[in-house]
Amino acid sequence: MTHPEQVALHHHVLRYNLHERLTHWVAAGSYLYLLATGLAFWSPWMFWLAVVLGGGQISRMLHPWAGLVFTGSVVYMYSMWSKQMRFTDVDREWWKSLRYYITNQDDKMPPAGRYNAGQKMLFWSFFIGGLVLLLSGLVLWFTDSLPWSLRWLRYIAVILHPIAALVTIGNFMIHIYMGVFAERGALGSVIRGDVSMAFAKRYHPGWYEEIIGSSDPPK
Amino acid sequence: MSQATLRIQKISGHAGSVAGEDTQRQSLVCKLVDTTTCIGCKACEVACVEWNDMPFSPTVFDNTYQTMPETRWNYWNLILFNEHEREDGSLQWLMRKHQCMHCAEPGCLEACPSDGAIVQYTNGIVDFQQANCIGCGYCITGCPFNIPKFNSVTKRVYKCSLCTDRVSEGLEPACIKSCPTGCLHFGTKEDMKDLAEQRAKQLKDHYGYANAGVYDPPGVGGTGVIYVLHDATKPELYGGLPSNPSIPLVVKLWKHPLKWLGNLAIAGGLIGLFVHFLRFGPKAREDEDISTAGGRP
Repeated sequence: MTHPEQVALHHHVLRYNLHERLTHWVAAGSYLYLLATGLAFWSPWMFWLAVVLGGGQISRMLHPWAGLVFTGSVVYMYSMWSKQMRFTDVDREWWKSLRYYITNQDDKMPPAGRYNAGQKMLFWSFFIGGLVLLLSGLVLWFTDSLPWSLRWLRYIAVILHPIAALVTIGNFMIHIYMGVFAERGALGSVIRGDVSMAFAKRYHPGWYEEIIGSSDPPK
Repeated sequence: MSQATLRIQKISGHAGSVAGEDTQRQSLVCKLVDTTTCIGCKACEVACVEWNDMPFSPTVFDNTYQTMPETRWNYWNLILFNEHEREDGSLQWLMRKHQCMHCAEPGCLEACPSDGAIVQYTNGIVDFQQANCIGCGYCITGCPFNIPKFNSVTKRVYKCSLCTDRVSEGLEPACIKSCPTGCLHFGTKEDMKDLAEQRAKQLKDHYGYANAGVYDPPGVGGTGVIYVLHDATKPELYGGLPSNPSIPLVVKLWKHPLKWLGNLAIAGGLIGLFVHFLRFGPKAREDEDISTAGGRP
């Protein structure tokens, strides 16, 4: 994961390599499009989103393709991160201390590794949610090709798709809040790739120790 | 066409109120199909294709008299044939004219997300406005009668319009006009119900059909097409007519409780995050990240 050469100069450390950052933004871009068009189909109050994005027909045509891009990127993330996303004993302790995390008393938190338990939950919700959305989405994509005798598939898909979407939306909102507003430096890490050593030590002490242990401590 | 003169009382995927709702005192229109006098001549099928100016559609032979297994995007009206063997071994040849039922509570309209793609006029006709259709196919899921059909070229969905263009000019639908036996009738819902009940009573009293009755399923609020059946206790015999059709439960759950719970959760989540930020703010300030390598406890 973290190699000595990843530790950059000026008290900064590489957190996401270019590969990870590109995957993140492919997922982010496709998800934002899916979210906007999906909300348009979800409620008449938000149908204007489909109009803004080129009209209802275009949105209906592109939504499934964006879904393929999104699930593709999420499956790729799985191949990159699934080992790092396993829940550990520290994560269980972390969950129990969640109230300290929410109230910004990060010093009372058990030492999280490269990913804390909340980030792992985000990952798994998007991975599992993405698969459910893909499978139900395929039924909705080709809904007219299903014979009347298999209509129960449509009934399952039509209720699972929004439920899975809502689960990802909840996680997405927290993700944006944490990454953009709560943890200063997190957004930069997925754009530039690095974080300050202070960031690493404060939010991911376990990961910080790994870096320190595997390389000369930065000056 | 003078569809513009028809007032709309329900609109699919529509935010806000519907201008035509309860603004006009108008009779519901209704088709009555008396299956006991249908001879399966398919004049109504031809009239439908002719009047609606549909392109040619190949027939599919499956060892029955039926033109094709089910309706198509360009074949809205189909006689379903069933060679039913009665308990005494005798044959009963059942024929039913199958088309959109024009439900008072249409599952297609309920499921449709596109503003104005499906409308219901104050006379009860449920009409697809293909110009507004986005081709998602949710109406196919919402319909309990397997009626809306997708055209893969135009990516839009089609079905019987109950000859809205003719009805709005005071004419009867094309299928009704073509029927040679008089098994098809068209008029107000009230009149058609009376006529149907009369015929059912006649079948019971004089023709020995003890279970004769009228099919006007309450599960979808009644329909704009009603049937007289020899045996109203077994509508399934007539080409799978559902005995108690309703909008699929999942569609109702999705469009009502799930939608409002989901919207409340999203709005509540946004407000909650905003209030959290006001109360607790960011975990650390940007400048602290850079200046204090050791971090702050």
